[in-house]
Amino acid sequence: MKKINLEKVQEQLNYYIGEPAYLHLETTNGAYATHHNREAFNVGAFIRNTQITFNQAKISGDASNYRVGLKTEQGWVYAEGLREYHINEQAQLLLAGHDLQGRLLVTIELSKHPFDN
Amino acid sequence: MAHKHVVVIFPHPDDEAFGAAGTIARFRAQGVPVTYLCGTLGEMGRNMGNPTFANRETLPQIRQEELVKACQVLDINLEQLGYRDKTLEFEPKRDVAKHLYSFLEKIKPTLVISYYPGYAVHPDHDAFGAAAIAAVELIEPSQRPEVWALAIKKDKEKDLGEPQIYYKITDTFEKKYQAIVAHKSQAAGILGGINQGPDQLDAIVKNKLSTETFYRWEF
Ligand SMILES: [Zn+2]
Repeated sequence: MKKINLEKVQEQLNYYIGEPAYLHLETTNGAYATHHNREAFNVGAFIRNTQITFNQAKISGDASNYRVGLKTEQGWVYAEGLREYHINEQAQLLLAGHDLQGRLLVTIELSKHPFDN
Repeated sequence: MAHKHVVVIFPHPDDEAFGAAGTIARFRAQGVPVTYLCGTLGEMGRNMGNPTFANRETLPQIRQEELVKACQVLDINLEQLGYRDKTLEFEPKRDVAKHLYSFLEKIKPTLVISYYPGYAVHPDHDAFGAAAIAAVELIEPSQRPEVWALAIKKDKEKDLGEPQIYYKITDTFEKKYQAIVAHKSQAAGILGGINQGPDQLDAIVKNKLSTETFYRWEF
């Protein structure tokens, strides 16, 4: 993945506006947070291959913390802490944030077709 | 007792390497066949290599290749059960147990190694360990294999006492190390920089990886 280029990502988000898209949204601090530090809590959530249609999409922020907001007819989808992006061979848009050891903290992904598995 | 066939039941690629590779290598050195029933592909792992070379969508294929490589290093058979990472605790335990049983029925192991339910930290570990024990319980008592359960929870000894099976794995450490580094996307994050010279590796070996212990499961 490469460092987020705001214009490029915005262009990609625009491409998904107004038509059903598949969403993967996830945040995690790992299954061992409490194991390694008794005062930490395991926290995480993911949703995969949910179809959504949004009529507004924007990336905001700077290199230290980009946010993405997708406005749907009835509500919102939100992610923060994004710093890297990648468009894969299936033309899916992947946005993610990692910690200093390269571990995933947050990711939001969009695709015109369902994500594999 | 000399074992005829050992079945290892863990949910994630790399569980076998970190938890039991030394013991597995020991059995292989004695010529005992070992089959690994691996539950998932660790698709939801958060280690993406360090520096990162995987992403959420490429991770499954990368971990598939790493798993095959680790099994080649350890010279063991691999069977993959096709569940999804992080979801095992939500599958009906009885269904997973029957699935595992279908392999045990064919392989007829004399020893099964899995996680100690409730003492294995990750919900997938606990759920798969519980299903493994339920699978063995489907076998008629006189035919049942021995079960060794791996507990990794801190202070497990307070509840469970000292583990009955204890291996110092100095003889097979090299195999274990190679099995761990075969899981390249995970090893760097977990070992915290394996290329930082022999001192660090020695320290990791001494502190974390030089022994493997298991509890003998009583039915
Ligand atoms: Zn695991």
